[in-house]
Order: sequence, then structure tokens, then C-alpha cells
Amino acid sequence: MAENARDVRTVCFRIRRFDPAGDKAPYDQDFDVPVPAGMVVLEGLWYIKEHLDGTLAWRSSCRMGVCGSCGMLVNGRPMLACNTQVRDVADDLLLVAPLPNFGIVRDLVPDLMPMFETHRTLLPFIQRDDRTEVLEPTDQYWQSPDQLLEYLQFSFCIKCGCCMAACPTVATDPVYSGPQPLAQAYRYLIDSRDGGFAARREALAGAAGPWRCHYAGECSNVCPKGVDPARAIQLMKRQLVLDYLKLGKMRSRTPAPLLGSDKRKGRRDGIPEAPPFTIESAK
Amino acid sequence: MSWRDTSLWTWHVIAGLVILILLGLHMGVMHLSAVLHLSGLNPADVDNPLDWRNVAFRAKQVFFMISYVVLLGAGLFHGLYGLRNILLELGPGPGARRAIGSLLLAVGVVLFVIGTWAAVVARTTALAG
Repeated sequence: MAENARDVRTVCFRIRRFDPAGDKAPYDQDFDVPVPAGMVVLEGLWYIKEHLDGTLAWRSSCRMGVCGSCGMLVNGRPMLACNTQVRDVADDLLLVAPLPNFGIVRDLVPDLMPMFETHRTLLPFIQRDDRTEVLEPTDQYWQSPDQLLEYLQFSFCIKCGCCMAACPTVATDPVYSGPQPLAQAYRYLIDSRDGGFAARREALAGAAGPWRCHYAGECSNVCPKGVDPARAIQLMKRQLVLDYLKLGKMRSRTPAPLLGSDKRKGRRDGIPEAPPFTIESAK
Repeated sequence: MSWRDTSLWTWHVIAGLVILILLGLHMGVMHLSAVLHLSGLNPADVDNPLDWRNVAFRAKQVFFMISYVVLLGAGLFHGLYGLRNILLELGPGPGARRAIGSLLLAVGVVLFVIGTWAAVVARTTALAG
């Protein structure tokens, strides 16, 4: 944080508080926080905890937009507290609340477990018949750069829950799985190494699948990592509809084979060798 | 495995395409007749598709009777499925969700039967008179 005494502005942090042990309903509490240029919302919360109210609760970890822990509603928009600069979003009043569409554990801590449980039911991992190779790999599976690009952006998801908080369908339909689990299901569905289409179709073809999405697109607008869950959901609809009409290729797709003696295995021209190991035990 | 939601959504899209084609035909016949020179479909007066002789001519055609029925079915399915989605977003419980589906299905079937009867009677009447 840049400490410049001439460039510090006082911003009122209006924090949504709730302790299920004692409170009947959430309420707002104001804290005046000195905000220098460059201060992020998370640093403001730390200032409150260290100087004004030690009971304030939130969840955070990496402080650099990687772990997805500090998703919260900042001035009405789901975002990560660690990579949102206060002065970019507020002049003198900053509203901070837990992510909507989730239960509240306490204060700014949302209960993300329903999202993770749904995520798990959609099998977010590579599914293959050769379980022995998956568990004890002897080689790598072949995948072209184009096949990688099909799912790459969806693999950037950090499971912060911002997309779920922004989704109007999640807010109103308890059966709908939501953008995070669906985008991750599509990420593996489209992976050329995966053979789990039939298994995931069990869950996706029904009411929990992508059918309730009416493409508001807010999930993609708020994603702090630039993932486009709305696109994943529309593409997933296409795969499922083609399969329903017996026109799709996913049903009969063979997962990518092991590289083996494939000639493409060799290092391409212009790519330098990896540097030598610096630790003896890493060899 | 339940394919119900996949099936409903797929037919929703197909119904949309059918509406696009048949409603396009309707708009052409009723509003662009003179521009498109559709004297074959409005033989009495190409500038006036609502002239009774034009209406009676089209009503006699099997193609138009079938297209009316198909358009009615597609429109009802597309519209009522959309209405169902809106109602389900109000957060009804499992029993109410089933009731909404059953009610809209009943409404759709009744309106389709009435509309089909009207199309058939219109053709019969036109042929008779």
C-alpha cells in the first residue's frame, strides 16, 4: 500500500454484519477508513479488524486474485476484495456485503458448500476407462494446441462464487445448478482427454442442467478471471441437444490416446530446453 | 436418466424455427402481398389480402389449413414453455411446479383443439360456399 499522507481520503465502509449466534437478521455497520491511493478493499477490511472492530469476519487467503476466497458484494457487484481498489469503486461510501445467493456463515463469509457439492456431482475431473493409467501414469495423453484452447479459458475458474452471486436464475430457481458448476462440467466435457460425457449427461440432461439459463450473461460480466460461463452453458446446450437428436459426436468420442511413440512427441523447433535442476533431490 | 428438460428445450428451439418460417410466410401473404407480387395467393386483389374472396381462396387450400395448425401448435408450445419458465422462476415448491406444468399442458391442448377445429371448419365452409 502506498503510504502518502497528502493523498489519503476517508471512506466510509458500510459493512453488512450478521452473527447467526446472536442476530435475527443482517444489519449494516459503518467504519471510517483512511484510504490511500492503491488500497484494495481487503486492506480496508484488515484496517477495520486491526483498529476498529476485531470481531469482523471474512474469508481471504492469497491476496492476489488466485485463491478465490475473498469474493464479496462491493457496491452491489460481486468481486474479489483483494484486487478491487477502493478508490476505483467509491468516493466516500463503500458498501460491502457477503455474496448473495448463498447462506451467510458470519458477516462477509458466504456458505459456498452448496456450490461445491453441486460442482462435485458434475464430475469435474478427467473421466476415462483406463483407470490404472490415470492413477499411475506412464505417459502423457496427446492433445493439440487447438484442443487445449477449446477449454483453456474455462480452466481459469477459481471457484470464488462471484458468477453464482450475479446469476438471476440461481437467485430464483433452487433446482438450477448455476454457472460455476456448469462451466466446469463443460470444461471437462470438451476436454479431448475426457470420456465422461455419458456419465455427466445423467445430471445435465435433467432440470439441474443448463436449461434454465436465459443468458442474462451477468456471470461472465463479473468473473474476476475473465472466464465466460455463459458461453460454456450455451455450448453445453448445443452438445446436449445434438446428442438428444442423435446428431452429436460426443457419445462416440474416443478419449485422446497416450502419446506413446507418436512422432508429435518431440520438442518443436525453437523451444529451449528446460533449465537444469537446482536441487539434487528434484532429479 | 430424465431427458425431459433436454427434450422440452430442444422442441422449444425447433418450435421457434417453425414460427420464424410460418410467421414469415404469414407476414408475406398478409402484409407484403403487393410488394412480393403474390397474386397466386391473393388472386382476387393482390393489394388487398383481406378481401373475402382472397380469404376464402386461401381457406380452401390444404397447405394453408395445415400451416395454420402447425403454426398454432408451435406458437402454443413455444409460448407456454416460456411462460412455464417464468412461473418456475417465482420459486414454487415441487408440487406447485408439477401443477404449473399440468395446467399449462391442459391449456395448450384445449387451445390447440379449438384452433384446429376452427381451421378445419373454415376450410369446410369455404369449400361449401
